[in-house]
Amino acid sequence: MALPPSTPSAIPSDSRLNRRTLLKGIGGVTTALAAAPLLAACSGGSPQAAKSANATSLGSGLSDPVPRSAIQAMVDAYKSKSGATVKMNVMPRAQLVDNISSYLQSNPEDVITWFAGYKMRYYAAKGLLAPVDDVWEKIGGNFSEGLTTASQGDDGKKYFVPNYNYPWGFFYRKSLWAERGYKVPGTFDAFLALCAQMKKDGLIPIAFADKDGWPAMGTFDYLNMRTNGYQFHVDLCAHKESWDQQKVKDVFDNWKALLPYQDKAALGATWQEGARTMTGKKSGMYLIGAFIAQDVSDKAILADLDFFPFPAIAVEGTDAIEAPIDGFVLSKRGGSNKTAKDMLAFFGSGAGQDAYAAKDASNLQTAKDANTSSFSELNRKGAAAISGAKHISQFFDRDALPAMANNVMIPALQGFLKDGTIDTRNLEAQAKSLYAAE
Amino acid sequence: MTATATIAPATGSPGGGRPRRHYGTHLFLVTMAVMWLVPLLWTLYTSLRPKAVTDKYGYWSLHGSINLDNFTAAWTQGGMATYFGNTLLITVPSVVLTLVLASMMAFAVSRFSWKFNLTLLVLFTAGNMLPPQVLAAPLFEMFKNTPLPYSISSSGTLLDTYYAVIAVEVAFQLGFCTFVLANYMKALPGGLTEAAQVDGASVWQQYSRIILPLSRPALAALGTLEVVWLYNDYFWPLLFIHSGDRLPITTGITNLQGQFLLDYNMIAAGATITVIPTLVVYLALQRHFVAGLTLGASKD
Amino acid sequence: MSVMPQTTLPSAAAAPADVSVPPARSGRVRRLSGRDRLVLGLMVGLPTLIQVVLVWIPTLLSVGLSFTKWNGLNLADIRPAGLSNYTYAAQEYPPFWPAVAHNIIWLAFLALVATPIGLLLAVLLDQKIRGTRLYQSIFFTPVMLSMVMVGIIWQLVYARNEGLLNNLLGTAGTPGAVDWFGDSDVNLWAALVATTWRHAGYIMVLYLAGLKGIDPSLREAAALDGANAWQMFFRVVFPVMRPINIVIVVITIIEALRAFDIVYLINKGTNGLELLSVLVIQNLVGVGQVIGVGSALAVILLVISLGPIVYYLVRTFRRAD
Repeated sequence: MALPPSTPSAIPSDSRLNRRTLLKGIGGVTTALAAAPLLAACSGGSPQAAKSANATSLGSGLSDPVPRSAIQAMVDAYKSKSGATVKMNVMPRAQLVDNISSYLQSNPEDVITWFAGYKMRYYAAKGLLAPVDDVWEKIGGNFSEGLTTASQGDDGKKYFVPNYNYPWGFFYRKSLWAERGYKVPGTFDAFLALCAQMKKDGLIPIAFADKDGWPAMGTFDYLNMRTNGYQFHVDLCAHKESWDQQKVKDVFDNWKALLPYQDKAALGATWQEGARTMTGKKSGMYLIGAFIAQDVSDKAILADLDFFPFPAIAVEGTDAIEAPIDGFVLSKRGGSNKTAKDMLAFFGSGAGQDAYAAKDASNLQTAKDANTSSFSELNRKGAAAISGAKHISQFFDRDALPAMANNVMIPALQGFLKDGTIDTRNLEAQAKSLYAAE
Repeated sequence: MTATATIAPATGSPGGGRPRRHYGTHLFLVTMAVMWLVPLLWTLYTSLRPKAVTDKYGYWSLHGSINLDNFTAAWTQGGMATYFGNTLLITVPSVVLTLVLASMMAFAVSRFSWKFNLTLLVLFTAGNMLPPQVLAAPLFEMFKNTPLPYSISSSGTLLDTYYAVIAVEVAFQLGFCTFVLANYMKALPGGLTEAAQVDGASVWQQYSRIILPLSRPALAALGTLEVVWLYNDYFWPLLFIHSGDRLPITTGITNLQGQFLLDYNMIAAGATITVIPTLVVYLALQRHFVAGLTLGASKD
Repeated sequence: MSVMPQTTLPSAAAAPADVSVPPARSGRVRRLSGRDRLVLGLMVGLPTLIQVVLVWIPTLLSVGLSFTKWNGLNLADIRPAGLSNYTYAAQEYPPFWPAVAHNIIWLAFLALVATPIGLLLAVLLDQKIRGTRLYQSIFFTPVMLSMVMVGIIWQLVYARNEGLLNNLLGTAGTPGAVDWFGDSDVNLWAALVATTWRHAGYIMVLYLAGLKGIDPSLREAAALDGANAWQMFFRVVFPVMRPINIVIVVITIIEALRAFDIVYLINKGTNGLELLSVLVIQNLVGVGQVIGVGSALAVILLVISLGPIVYYLVRTFRRAD
């Protein structure tokens, strides 16, 4: 395997190799010609199938093992009930979320796993989603008023079918807390004292992970709601309030008190890695969604998990809870597919949601006729927390303009975690520019 | 090569004249070679160890069994066969089209002199050097707004099709290949085509019967190089292909990373599988690959 | 860019009028038949059309879009914005200046570390030393890999608790373990080391080819004059290698500006790994689509790239005519 002397003039001398490569070249052309019809076949296919009487497709961002098997079970249940064929396209969650705009514009499946909030209304308003009011005529009675409102677009039409929701809170291991004698803190001061104690005990007080940028938003949302109230939070997300004001600075001042207690390695860790420090008893608690249970395969640890609400700070006690709703939307093209709507109606029924929950017990079904008898103690507690809450927020990246959440907040929060500084004047300047472009 | 080696006294000779002069060089080269090999060997070693073994003994250990289970798991669970098939569907037409078009263009600008000869060659070469991100948004929008019948594209547009990826790959590689081939063809004696012309050979015959066969070495070198480059391309499929089952391997492998989160053994196995075709090309066609690389650089 | 309009001329119909066989070569000018002209026109026209439609028109569109506000969804929503996207990028957009700094660091690192390593390897391996082919093959292997694979392979080396490096340092599993790709103080350098792994081999191959092409008599003469190895390289070899040196300078700059895959793989180019190319993509196709800002960033990248590109083209084509 010598490296040849490789000036151009030196090459023609070797004719033996040339002939061999030429033959290869001819082979290549033949393959290319043969590939042409295949290419067409590969780039086509699905729509004809989708348009034939009883077929549809589902694009899913639920790529982790547990939710992946759960959505599969849900689809299988529909298939056996209706006899339809459903083509599944499972992509990594981050890929679906990051590329949603280009995905919806290019070649989306009929039904897509998505989220309630501005993040749904935004794409509905841009005409990239199809309304599902006719589906809601069938499933409407299944959902509470809050869920119904959360499924509406700005034009009053429905664009969303809820599947499940889950609360965000501080998760911890009961055995560790019992062993160390920790008590659930009701106020921010008690909470800080607890953190200090944990640190003294050699624990990382708060597990934290923000490599993907979104988890830190949970901390921001709670701090903002507890410091300034739910309405201010919602108005800030919609940019009806300015970012450049004392109220926002207060939020970050409160956060500064937490910074010394949050895992320093957060910026390089995914939420699962963060979860493992808590389940492995290296850290004391973890502010995360109830989906954390998906990542816990050990039944004993699962039974040992509990959570408490984000402690009260200044206003409204712990009235507001962050409980995002996950569900489904219909792509523009899927809007003309009866089977797709039929599947959505099934997904909005207790039977459909139960099929999902059988495999992924970490989330809470939203349909009224869903079977909740199999709820774990943790589930029941979560459901009670949500139904008892006065205000429910979705999550920053679901409540705010996508560009604001993605392009501005992620780097801003990551920068804040790094050095504890935040430029609210700049946040406001960017928000102005981005919201104005809409 | 032999000539270069024997003339420099300072560098010694294999006959044993002054071998001591090389101890320092060898020490340096061996150190560097080890540093170069270690990441590859570490990947291979990790991929051969079952997850259970590394969980038990840690990644930094020599304990435990070694087998190919991760490879079969990565291959089947990761759907790598599909990715490889997709790579083939993109790479083969792209390389063939690029070489056909570039050789025609190179023939026309190198064997005939006319007004915009140099201008075109300059533009082609410049196009090849642009950062691809500069063109991303307009190309995306152009493809989005190009309607296609659903019978050939399930998106109804050029997005999410191989046509889009192939077209852009061809356009982007054309510049480099034209540049290299034009230089190569210019160096071929002018009398060749002249004589054919006197015999009444048409332009097409001069191209296909005289110049193209003589350019085989350059085409072989470029072909090898382009196959490897397109196999390795990440960006254009990332931009245009949105269906997970249509991604080529280099873009698809990053999905594997999301899928096998924290399972470094599986990621290593997937990586190793992905490297194998390039290594095969490397072992079989290294000289063509290197020739292709240097053809572009060593123009005189 | 000023030559753009001319490229539309050599279409199948217009070009052949100018075509003739080069007099210098053939000695006689013969008018081509109509069919030959058509063939030649197609041979030039088709590749040119592809190049113009898929490379140069999009480049111009990028420039145009950089002066608009647009969310990328509906063509009717495009509104003029003057220079506001540029002022936004330079004054309000926090990742912009870090990205510029990182691109400069990237370039400096390639130019001062990666490329010199490649040159050094080439010069050492150009000697007739034992195992030179084996060494060459080893250093060359990473050149065959995509930057994505380079990123994945080095992720295995850099992983906080599972990676090779921290295990060698003995910090794996301890709180003191450095997260090489996650810690914003070090991840740029970690990515640059991984990049060097590939870049140095590339430079080595190019330079080695050039070294092999040097007329042996030059070295003989220098050796007879008693030049030592150092003098031989800087007084004889380096000046003769001028054309290759230019190529290597240009490649180093272009690679630094094009760097994208590896940082996108690591963390989508955030948290210490911001690069201009990634910011362009984040603004163009990500969930936060702001076409105007993305295009403005693309144009900035374009303008910077045109420097080395024009330098190279002038160098390369000046002698051609």
